[in-house]
Amino acid sequence: MYYWNRDAECISRDKLRDLQSERLVKTVKHAYENVAAYRGKFDEIGLRPQDIRGIEDLSKLPFTGKLEFRDNYPFGMFAVPMDQVVRIHASSGTTGKSTVVGYTRDDIGVWAELMARTLGAGGTTKGDIVQNAYGYGLFTGGLGAHYGAEKIGASVIPMSGGNSKRQIQIMQDFGSTVLCCTPSYAVLLGETAKDMGIDARTLPLKVAFLGAEPWTQSMRREIEALLNIDALDIYGLSEVMGPGVSFECMEKNGLHVNEDHFIVEIIDPDTGEVLPPGGKGELTFTSLTKQALPLLRYRTRDITYIDDSPCPCGRHFARMHRVMGRTDDMLIIRGVNVFPSQIESVLMDIEETEPHYVIVVDREGAMDNLEVWVEVSPQIVSDEVRDLEILERKVSAELHSVLGLSLKVKLVEPKTIARSEGKAKRVVDRRDVYGEG
Amino acid sequence: MKVSQLSVFLENKSGRLAEVTRALADANINIRALSIADTIDYGLLRLIVNDPVKAKSALTSDGYTVALTEVLAIEIPDRPGGLAGIIDIFAESKLNIEYMYAFVGTSGQNAIVIFRTQNVDEAIAALQKKGVRILTGEELHSL
Repeated sequence: MYYWNRDAECISRDKLRDLQSERLVKTVKHAYENVAAYRGKFDEIGLRPQDIRGIEDLSKLPFTGKLEFRDNYPFGMFAVPMDQVVRIHASSGTTGKSTVVGYTRDDIGVWAELMARTLGAGGTTKGDIVQNAYGYGLFTGGLGAHYGAEKIGASVIPMSGGNSKRQIQIMQDFGSTVLCCTPSYAVLLGETAKDMGIDARTLPLKVAFLGAEPWTQSMRREIEALLNIDALDIYGLSEVMGPGVSFECMEKNGLHVNEDHFIVEIIDPDTGEVLPPGGKGELTFTSLTKQALPLLRYRTRDITYIDDSPCPCGRHFARMHRVMGRTDDMLIIRGVNVFPSQIESVLMDIEETEPHYVIVVDREGAMDNLEVWVEVSPQIVSDEVRDLEILERKVSAELHSVLGLSLKVKLVEPKTIARSEGKAKRVVDRRDVYGEG
Repeated sequence: MKVSQLSVFLENKSGRLAEVTRALADANINIRALSIADTIDYGLLRLIVNDPVKAKSALTSDGYTVALTEVLAIEIPDRPGGLAGIIDIFAESKLNIEYMYAFVGTSGQNAIVIFRTQNVDEAIAALQKKGVRILTGEELHSL
């Protein structure tokens, strides 16, 4: 069995509970005193920070969601002055405004520690060469994996995503032993190697840490066979921290939540009621050590369940089953979170189109293809193909800039996209990202 | 001088063209000429009809995206070089032809070609200077 920090990772449940209680009390006080949004929510229900005396009081806390980030854009959720913030990341918001997160120097240190545990659980050591093909930038994947691998002392190749042939070339020439990327990109890399006449199974690669999008057991088997490696699932989201919130050990049977830094709960998404272990519902996290962005009962919208049975690996951290669905209509395309409402707000601003659209997602080989079908307005003035092509390009350029994804825009006739009563059917996802069970 | 042309946005779906022509037939519209410009996903159907205003309202009420554009119906001698002579006039006047297509009927011994250019008024002036006959909508529909 592999560990990065055995003492911390194998802490007993009793000690963990004490540690969580102690850290929760501090976090609640810190959040209340320094974030107006939390103060407002506490005051509204007459809750005082001193009412939270330990983890047994957790359910008294109000929930937090993406809405709080939107309403307090960009830095209103931060609990420290900006001169203590050393890093800012951002992810998709439900509308035009992104979700902005910040980190103090200590936060970055904790994040590196938790990513070191994640990579360590798959056997990564300072002798490894880590090819990091997560995107570097506002997305937390790239820098998150990078700092964790550096903390271990491995040699990091900061490849970022894309340029698959070059990835394979470098993998071969540098002898990369560890790969970090999205699961679909791992498949693409395997296929690219094949196209280049390289047998990927003979490369020195031994393990891959795959996350940022849902995947299935059958994809795991495919990737492991294609690359002759162990493929491990990793989980995180920028609001909570980034990758490293939970990770798989070599048992490959659920993701251990780093419970000394996050309290995990599963709630009924409709009632907010906390479900017992094994109950399937919405994954919710409370941060325990974050300084810049303390997070209380943050609803991730991801659906899964918790397994608190002992794991043969020796860690006592509870395991979350891989993500089984969403409570909202968010899509994850090539590792990028996409909300249909983001697309709608772009179309609203373009005069020649109607805000009636359908998003069609398909997977060709390993690549997610995104098509947006948009109704043209009944009052188009031009009858030239050129002008319609300019319009298509304009719409796809605007969407590309907002979503950060390339996509194809298809113009369709007015009133051909079904109007349904209540919530319109905006998404046709032909992929099977969550699979069975 | 200018003729109203009907342009209809159509997705590339089987049966769509049949539906448009059926809708026009039901409105008692006679199609005199047509052309289709197509891409992978959609096409633009351009029509010269006997009553463009009535045709437009019929199609609009059926939910089609329809535009009326002004085009020129130009009489062209039906012999080798007839068309080239006309296009030379456009070239000399530095007028871009956006698209063109042939009209089904003829005007005496002459063919009729529909032209769309960005600057219709300039085109009319240049063509008339060279003695080219441009048909009005009424003339066209009475052929």
